Amino acid sequence: MTTAPPLAPHRQRAVLRQALVVGLATGLYGVSFGALSVAAGLDFWQTMALSALLFSGGSQFAFVGVVAAGGAGSAAVATATLLGIRNGLYGVQMAGPLGVRGVRRLAAAQLTIDESTAVGIVQPEPSGRRLGFWATGLAVFACWNLMTAVGALVGDALGDTRRFGLDAMAAAAFLALLWPRLRGGEPWAVAVLAAAVAILCVPALPAGLPVITAAVVAVAVGTVRAGRASGRTAS
Amino acid sequence: MTLWAAVLLACGLAYATKLAGYLVPPAWLAGRATARALGLLPVALLAALVGVQTFAAPGPSLVLDARVAGVAAAVVALVLRAPFLVVLVVAAAVAALVRAAGWAA
Repeated sequence: MTTAPPLAPHRQRAVLRQALVVGLATGLYGVSFGALSVAAGLDFWQTMALSALLFSGGSQFAFVGVVAAGGAGSAAVATATLLGIRNGLYGVQMAGPLGVRGVRRLAAAQLTIDESTAVGIVQPEPSGRRLGFWATGLAVFACWNLMTAVGALVGDALGDTRRFGLDAMAAAAFLALLWPRLRGGEPWAVAVLAAAVAILCVPALPAGLPVITAAVVAVAVGTVRAGRASGRTAS
Repeated sequence: MTLWAAVLLACGLAYATKLAGYLVPPAWLAGRATARALGLLPVALLAALVGVQTFAAPGPSLVLDARVAGVAAAVVALVLRAPFLVVLVVAAAVAALVRAAGWAA
């Protein structure tokens, strides 16, 4: 591990404050995950296992979404896993700045999610990147699991969750996760195509498969178009 | 597959994916087509999930119900730059109101 100059106290406080704010904000929507998960039919401990062990919000919402729609367990696993591939890409980006080995690498891997990578990668100095990643990862982990438990207990007490619009909240959760990624024409085109294919597949395929089918079609089309475009610029 | 098996399998695969990022040589992802496709995957999956969660009903079939109003309200909240939790609460509240008023199922 390379030794970097220590972080100035005022920078340390600034990074820790960012980590705490992101942790608290993320924790708040852990409540909605907990409630949706028990509404989908998972029990309290299955819900907690997803938050502690899977620990990636998008994949967790996707897993319980497929289960709620009556999809097979394999479809829920496949959708959650495909959505989690981005965490692997974050690991590729963070491996250098973190410089971790052994047990610390195993811990860093579990904390590698949207939020920890985002706060870590934007810090200007190497020690700031490390502090940002670890502090945000730990803050989100603590808040997310605590609030998942609260949501699961509240959701259990709610009864008929449609009456409270929780099914609309599930759709809104995916939309809010998608929104910041819709920068530029290509993401919009892929998103519209994927949504259209998924909706058209709903009556024809078992629950869970329309989402996977749509994602594969949209990414294939996007990749072919990108390949053509780069071929033109190269020639 | 039991629900517990699915939960634990998803957890194991998620961790393996995260750890793989730290173990692959950085040059492995240099192929631009792979990186592009993997970069688009979250957008495609999330958009497909929005579509299905808004219109799918048991059957499986497509329906227009109070969820559409909830999602439309969420779009307005997002355009107004509302925080994540506000977006979710607005969507749930609008869908619940539409149902309570009897305007949609």
